[in-house]
Amino acid sequence: MQTNDIGLTRRDYEGTLTTLCGGCGHDSISAAIIQAAADMSLEPHRVAKISGIGCSSKIPSYFLSKAHGFNSVHGRMPSVATGANIANKELYYVGVSGDGDSASIGLGQFCHIVRRRINMLYIVANNGTYGLTKGQLSATADLGSKTKSGEESQFDNIDMATLAIELGASFVARSFSGDKKQLIPLLQAGLSHKGFAFIDVISPCVTFNNTDFSTHGYKNTWENYVALSEVDFVPMREEITTSYDAGKEKEITLHDGSAIHLHKTSNDYDPTDKEKALHHINAQKKQGKIATGLLYINQSTADLHELQETVDKPLNSLGNQELCPGSKALDDINNTFR
Amino acid sequence: MSELIQSSKVSNLTKVNDFVVKFANVNGSGSASANGMFAKAVFRMGIPISPHNIFPSNIQGLPTWFEVRINEQGYLGRREGVDLIVAMNEQTIGKDIASVVPGGYVLYDSSKVLANELLRDDVNYLPIPLKDICLEEFEKPAQRQLFKNIVYVGALSAFLNIDFKVLTGLVSDQFRGKEKLILPNIHALELGHHYASDNFACPLNLRLEKSTKNKGKILMDGNTATGLGSVYGGATVAAWYPLTPSTSVVDNFAKYCKRLRIDAGTGKKKYSIVQAEDELAAIGIAIGAGWNGARAFTATSGPGISLMQEFLGLAYFSEVPVVLFNIQRVGPSTGMPTRSQQGDLLCCAYASHGDTKHVLLFPADPKECFDYAASAFDIADRIQSPVIVMSDLELGMNEQICEPLNWDDKSRYDRGKVLNAEQLEDIERYGRYLDSDGDGIPYRTYPGTHPNKGSYFTRGSSHDSYAAYTEDGSIYAEVMDRLALKMETAVNYLPEPVFSESTSNRLGLAFIGTTNSAINEVLDNLAKKGITLDTMRIRAFPFHDSVTEFFDSHELVYVIDQNRDAQLKSLLKIECNIHEEKMHSILSYDGVLVTAQHIEKSIIDSMTDVDVSGEVPA
Repeated sequence: MQTNDIGLTRRDYEGTLTTLCGGCGHDSISAAIIQAAADMSLEPHRVAKISGIGCSSKIPSYFLSKAHGFNSVHGRMPSVATGANIANKELYYVGVSGDGDSASIGLGQFCHIVRRRINMLYIVANNGTYGLTKGQLSATADLGSKTKSGEESQFDNIDMATLAIELGASFVARSFSGDKKQLIPLLQAGLSHKGFAFIDVISPCVTFNNTDFSTHGYKNTWENYVALSEVDFVPMREEITTSYDAGKEKEITLHDGSAIHLHKTSNDYDPTDKEKALHHINAQKKQGKIATGLLYINQSTADLHELQETVDKPLNSLGNQELCPGSKALDDINNTFR
Repeated sequence: MSELIQSSKVSNLTKVNDFVVKFANVNGSGSASANGMFAKAVFRMGIPISPHNIFPSNIQGLPTWFEVRINEQGYLGRREGVDLIVAMNEQTIGKDIASVVPGGYVLYDSSKVLANELLRDDVNYLPIPLKDICLEEFEKPAQRQLFKNIVYVGALSAFLNIDFKVLTGLVSDQFRGKEKLILPNIHALELGHHYASDNFACPLNLRLEKSTKNKGKILMDGNTATGLGSVYGGATVAAWYPLTPSTSVVDNFAKYCKRLRIDAGTGKKKYSIVQAEDELAAIGIAIGAGWNGARAFTATSGPGISLMQEFLGLAYFSEVPVVLFNIQRVGPSTGMPTRSQQGDLLCCAYASHGDTKHVLLFPADPKECFDYAASAFDIADRIQSPVIVMSDLELGMNEQICEPLNWDDKSRYDRGKVLNAEQLEDIERYGRYLDSDGDGIPYRTYPGTHPNKGSYFTRGSSHDSYAAYTEDGSIYAEVMDRLALKMETAVNYLPEPVFSESTSNRLGLAFIGTTNSAINEVLDNLAKKGITLDTMRIRAFPFHDSVTEFFDSHELVYVIDQNRDAQLKSLLKIECNIHEEKMHSILSYDGVLVTAQHIEKSIIDSMTDVDVSGEVPA
């Protein structure tokens, strides 16, 4: 079997067998994460996988068995991920959530983890429906989108990507579970990005929300899918030998030395301009199109640890010596209360 | 203008070092620091005191009281009745004057004439034209308002014989670094002192004399001690949502971290504090950090406890250590947010849906707040489960005299059963929830420890010994039984009850936390009436066996609860199988600390059918 730079095979990145429905978009996300991590030669045990509750939140079981996982409480993955990240800044954090988990019950926590700039990759496996409870509409279902039972969404949807951009996420992308070619480099870039990286992955629910009238089904997504630019991810170790055409390429170097190459398509999209990004996503939406790819990136924001100026060593590695001020200091404190 | 309104017929209280002074103020008027200065001055004179804030949930304009009990014998509970009132609030002055015991004193601002209906013929009035004095002496409007408070403290120093040097020393301490403020404050104290001395016979018969009772002791509030205990206990992560009366726990943690937890070389912080968007996130952050090997806590009160229930169940079932400080206030719902109660016992003991049980610690004074805060982190790590420290507003936000805080430099944090990479190497197959030691406590690993071993999937769903999801009922039941066993093991790490020296009486008294402040007084007063009781102050839940034994060895035990529903009594009944007839409830739930008088009266009333020689009531 083929090994990567750290001598691991693809199998070393796999998880347990999926229990999701055959053809579920979520399984493609697991597969993409496995591929992305293996290709980047991530050490599996240096990743922590955290999720909430729902079909989406089962995903962490299906990749990186050698990583610790935490399937927490419905809608509360962001807080658990925040605490975990604060405790040890040296690990990679992958949060996996769904549209019910992040756009409904957990919308508040989602907003605040974005604001707090936790250094992590946050994936929403977005199918517009509640699978485990058999097909109710979720808050990301587009106005007019119909479920299998014929229920039509009467409300405007919550767009997680524009929301993330507005709240200050420094890396926002959208992709489709069916488009491995686009999703894998985005996952890699999100993992390498220092700061809060968010990927909204449209991931059809084959059982409850894959009708012709569902905007989160395979048919609609393929038909209305607009890639803003093709994305290549170049890990740091690889010598960049290809020469890119400056007119048609945009290179973004990430903090860890790796790079994203954006192959420009017809439009002249600039993912570093927040206002234009928002405008563009909304303009596509108006035409019934789904803007995908790297939507926004800002590499100059500090993460929570930098903002709080925490020590270089992980907080969970500090012991008595570093943490306990001792009896002498306590005697002095006692004296101020006399 | 300032003659003493006191008919020669009115008796006056003659008491030395044993009385209650109450300050009635308008909140936001700057009275808190002046009143605190008064209390601290008495403390520095060596006389035991217990100050109690009775304050509104408001920023400015509503009534607030500061009640200081002074007691040479060290009775630190509240006492009913007021001996001297400083009546500074026109909204409440009628009630305030009415609260004074016959022969007591009313200090008021005589810049305005006191209405006739406020004149009682059985109390003594101490009129001081506070407003007029300040108008004359100070120029800025803010000073004129604030210094009224300092002037009455100055007057009290003459009336009650407070050592003036102690007061000036306090001013110097309080304004260290802001020297410009020292002189005007001392001037204001002198104005009050002079006015009282010039116009009244000072000191009053109600007065203070220096004592040595406070030797070595400190005067501190429980939340300061809790915040400091968390620093000493090695907490590195605090996540919280502001909520009275718990807010000052994290404020103090932050204050002492800034002083004691900065890396000397880099100036960087060895801690992180996150003000969360709500209590759900606060405990979620603490649990995430605890899972990842940092000592983490949150502090909250009743409404926050309600919101944290689901997460507490997760931490219990997935076995993640977390420390939670519950500074209890009056519920249900918003209740009385600035009043005190022991009303969260049941909802914390069994927090969350399904079968759960949580360790509770019941501190009774600031020293125990410090000790339990520090040890809560050890206990949580050992048992890999939440530990809830059950303080209350009374203890958290009021200063109390206690022994100085103490730390043993030889002590080391006990992180519990955590496997490192080398230990994992020696294990063939790691099972996160395997009970290898038979004590119900399995071995944890932190994320990132070993490339191939020790990873597992933490979940709130049913799992087997290897953390794999299961819907097998017998495996689920095994896990639940092990968790029950773990709680039995946990008892070994918890503080034993404190028993009275004698345990040979037929009657007993059982209680927790702040109720303790009234107990010595209760025992002394009842003894004078020929009633003797043994006492048991319970300090932790689940209960030690000695708790049950105490009930077994007494014919009747009075169980004191500062809540309506006798929650401590219920817990004892559920957990220790104690027969209803063995327990007699004493309840107090008006939002202020239970008094010795109330407890005494309840006990005596329960004996109405028998003489007071200790016969058990029918």
